[in-house]
This record gives sequence, structure tokens and C-alpha cells, in this order.
Amino acid sequence: MTEVTSAAQLTDETGRRRFLSRLSLALGAIGAALVSVPSVGFLLGLRSTPRIWRSVGRLENFQIGNTVEVSFVDPSPLPWSGVTAQTAAWLRRVSTQEFVAFSMYCTHLGCPVRWLPDADLFMCPCHGGVYYRDGRVASGPPPRPLFRYPVRIRNGMVEILASPVPIT
Amino acid sequence: MRALKRVWEWFDGITGISAWLIPLATHPVPPARKSAWFYVFGSATLIVFLVQIVTGTALASGYVPSAGDAYACLLFISRAPLGRLVRGIHAFGASAMVILVGIHAIRVYLMGAYKYPRQMGWLTGAGLLLFTLLMAFTGQLLRWDQTGFWTAVIAAEQAGRAPVIGNWLGHFILAGDTAGGATLSRFFAAHVFFIPALIYMFLGFHLYLVIRNGISEPPKAGRPVDPKTYRHWYQKMLEREGLPFWPDAAWRDALFGLLVIITIVTLAWWVGPPELGKPPDPTIIEASPRPDFYFMWYFAVLSLIPKWTEDYVILFGPLLFGMLMVLLPLLAGKGERSPLRRPWSIGIVALVVVIIAHYWSIGMIAPWSPRFEARPLPPEVVGAASGPVAAGARVFYYKGCEFCHTVSGYGGIRGPDLTFAGDRMTPPQMATRIFSGAANMPSYNGNLKPEELSALLAFLESRVRMMP
Repeated sequence: MTEVTSAAQLTDETGRRRFLSRLSLALGAIGAALVSVPSVGFLLGLRSTPRIWRSVGRLENFQIGNTVEVSFVDPSPLPWSGVTAQTAAWLRRVSTQEFVAFSMYCTHLGCPVRWLPDADLFMCPCHGGVYYRDGRVASGPPPRPLFRYPVRIRNGMVEILASPVPIT
Repeated sequence: MRALKRVWEWFDGITGISAWLIPLATHPVPPARKSAWFYVFGSATLIVFLVQIVTGTALASGYVPSAGDAYACLLFISRAPLGRLVRGIHAFGASAMVILVGIHAIRVYLMGAYKYPRQMGWLTGAGLLLFTLLMAFTGQLLRWDQTGFWTAVIAAEQAGRAPVIGNWLGHFILAGDTAGGATLSRFFAAHVFFIPALIYMFLGFHLYLVIRNGISEPPKAGRPVDPKTYRHWYQKMLEREGLPFWPDAAWRDALFGLLVIITIVTLAWWVGPPELGKPPDPTIIEASPRPDFYFMWYFAVLSLIPKWTEDYVILFGPLLFGMLMVLLPLLAGKGERSPLRRPWSIGIVALVVVIIAHYWSIGMIAPWSPRFEARPLPPEVVGAASGPVAAGARVFYYKGCEFCHTVSGYGGIRGPDLTFAGDRMTPPQMATRIFSGAANMPSYNGNLKPEELSALLAFLESRVRMMP
């Protein structure tokens, strides 16, 4: 058994090992990418932004000057959503043909605002934000007016454009 | 017995487990003497984490992470034999973990144990503190009652304050464009797989570092850490006076850990798990989402800071805290460890504790929240059964004044107490305020009929101290 290794052989060996370790790292990175790119892509890609007109009731059921809660199915219900597929809005009939639909999400941090019909105000239970009947901020922390959904009247039915949760 | 011993010897012979484990368990630690009991909080956090794994696994076996069914699962678990107890242990365990990880961090900070060579121990610990809070937050949400549902919405809205990516981030948290089917599954995956995986990684590294660098000795004023000589000095000190961790130090960890577990189980038994609220139905508008106690102080901060600072606080508050946690061991990695020579450290800890305790105590009262449960004032408070004063009291109620203003102990506390409003203000002054509103009071200009206003003023004017 000879212990003598030439310098050329040693360099060969070092070069070969360097190549093999880089190769192994690259192979590992390819494997990791093959698994993680679709996984992360799936996580990021769940969002769709459909907008669907939802009927919330017959025109004659709404009195002029009144604001009432209407509930409807949100724009992206899933078979297992259960009650959370529902969403609600505050619908105000301004005149015979004019409606305004307010999002129930407070523009401060998203708590559900309540309509107080006698006081003619919306109030938020979380931090006490208050809005006037037209959605303008009356007092408290909300930075902007209540978000509005588009409303239309079709064949005697009032319809609201169900939209994504407004992130303000 | 002899057979068992032979099985063990066979197993140990081919795995070498005792040759690895015994030196690990009996590695020398510095004698902590009078400070010995300060060293139990890290291990207690770990013990409670194990409690959470056991109870969490049990709970997950009875839970369907479906937005439509999770609430029914909570009812099912709560009614199953011992289900209520396991839920209680998991909930009080979460509280215990938040508290213990906080005490542990404070102990390490005060004793300067984050200095050389233990900076990475501090940084991994800061990560574990963050993950513990994330677990607490996501866990409260998995209860999936009304508060759980709105917590998801509020989390998304807060993330929405981030510039540029806010909208995207908010919808990423909701796992879609609405809070619904996909949202709960995302939080479930985060709570059960994603964050625990991060905890295991950081915890493994954290514990490895404790063994690698040794537990810090109790600090002594006038004995600063010098990176050039510290390791050598520490090694010599261990050789001179080190004690085997098992059992000389471990018995305290075992005793304190058991006391913590007994406390958690006792509370779970007597107090029970957090009550389930209404179902997570977004169309039930009567909701008052409240965070669990560990975030109550933050809820108060967001209510009390000036409006214009809000975006900055939501955004930069957590960021700044995180940066300070990261920079601390990097900038102050050597020198004096004793809190006696670092009086600022005591001041900072005291300040943080006082601020959190203060905001927490306000958050429990939540004076900024309108009291929708307020009822019309009783006749003995109004002092009149008919006439303008009685009519004014009715206006005071149905116009929402009472939700924010107290009269004789009834009503909300957002605005000034109006029990003796008549002593302080004249009717014209009152009318001015009612019409103009204020930062936290809506203007009632155009909202009151003349007869409503005069009745309201008559009622408020009658709010005076009784003459003796």
C-alpha cells in the first residue's frame, strides 16, 4: 500500500469534492423549489375578487327615510362556510328610487357598527366611533366615512353588489 | 425486573443513549445560591408549552377546522366528558405561557444574561416570545364564536394599515376577499402547524445554545463581561464550583413546574374555559369583540392614542419593539451585567410593566365603548313622572346620550358624567355643546326637534345637587 499521493491527484480530489458538494446543494435547492413554489403559490393565490349582485328584498318593503339591516350571501361563499357565508349591510332608502348601502365594518378597525334609529346615528361598540345617517364620521376614531356598496333596482327587487371586505 | 434491565442494556448498547443523555443531564451549572429561584421561569415556560401540546392535540382531535362547523365542535368539546377541563387547561395554559415567557424575558434582561456569548439565546428567545403571542392570538380566534370571527376581521383591518401592501396583506390574512370559509382554515393551519413548527426550530436552537454556552451565572456588580476572557473564566469557575444540573438545579424546575401545572388545572376546574359567545354569524350585528386579557392593553392603547398617530402606532409600534429586541444584545453585548450597575434596565422594566398594567386596567373597563345595554333612567333618578323633565329624560335615552354619559350611576362613561350638569352649565352652553359636538361626541345639529331640545335642556338643567 503506497501512501504517496501526487499534488496533481490531491488537487483533482479537492476539485471533485467541491464540484460534488455544489452539485448536492443545487440538487437540494431544485427539490425544495419544486415543493415550495406550488405550496406557497397556493397559499397566496386563494383570493379572487368577484362582485355579484345579490337581491336583498322587494322595493316596496323598504320605507323612505329608514335604515335597516339586510343580509345576503357574500361574494365568495364556500360549501363549508356555514353561517359565515352570510354578510350584512345597512340599507337606507333615501327616495323612491335612491338607496344607499353601508358596509357594517367600522372604518377604524372593522367592528360591526350598529344603527340607532331614534338617535339617527351609527355607533361602533369597540372604540365608540359614531357616524351620521349618511355615513360621514360624527365623532371618535374612524378615519373615513362608512364604506358604501353599489345598489340597484331590478324588476322591483333591490340588489346590492356584494364585494370584498373593505380593508381601509 | 432483570429482563427489563437486560432489554435496556441491549437498547443502550446499540444506541448509546445514556452515554449521550447522562453527561447532558448532569452538565455542570454555576451555583446560583440566593438567585436560584430566578432560574425557573424558562423551564416553566417549556413545561407549559408541553401542556399546550398535549391539551392542544386532544382538542384538535375533536375539532373540525371548518367555518361552518367549528362553533358546533366547540359546543361538542365543552359538553364531552373532561372536554370542558381540557379546554380550560389549554386556555389557562395559554395565559400562563404568555405570563411566564414575559417574566423569563424580564429576568434575562435584568440579569444581563443576553450578553456575550449568549446574544443568540436572546434573539431566539425574542422569536419565541413573538410566536407565543401569535399562538395566543390565533388560539383565541379558533374558538370561532362571534368574537373569534370579528378578531379575524380586526386582524385584517389592522394589517391593512400597512402602506402599499396593506390591502393585499389584509386579504391574505382573511385567505380571500371575505371573512368566511377559507379564513378559519388558514388560522387553524397557522396555530397547529406553521407557528408550532417555528417554535420547535427556535426552541431546539435555544436549548442547544443553553448547553453550548452554559447557563449564565448570577451577575455580580463590578464583574463585567469581557468577550476576550469570559469563556475561559466561565470554564474555570465551573470546574471550581459547578454543580450537576440534574438533580442539583433541576429539582427547582420540577417543583415550580408542578406548581404551575397545579395552578392551571385548578383554575381550569374552578373557573372553566372562556365562555362561548354567540355563533360566528356576521349578520348578528350585536357584537362587542374583545381581545383576551393578554391583548387587552393593546386594545386600550389603540383607543386612547391621538387619532393622527394611529397609523404610525399600529405600524411602527410592533416594528420598533421588535427592532429594540434585536438590537439590544448586538449593541450591549458586553460589560456590566448586574442590574445594580444598570439602573436604566430596572427603570425600563418598571416603565413597561407600569404602562402595560395601566392600559390593561383601563382596557378592562373600556370607558370608550358605548354602553348599549343602558336602560331608560328610572323615575326616581329623573325626579318627574311627566312634564318637560320626564320628556327630556326620554330624549336623553333614545337619542343615545345615555350610552356615553352617566346620570346618577346609569349609562356609559365615554363622555363627562352629567349627574350634576345643571350646576356646571347654563342651558345655552349645553345647547352649544349639543349642536357643535366634540372630538368624541357627534353633533346633534339638525337631529333634534325644537321640543326635543327644550325637553332635553330642561332635563339637564334639573341635574343639580340637592340643597341640604
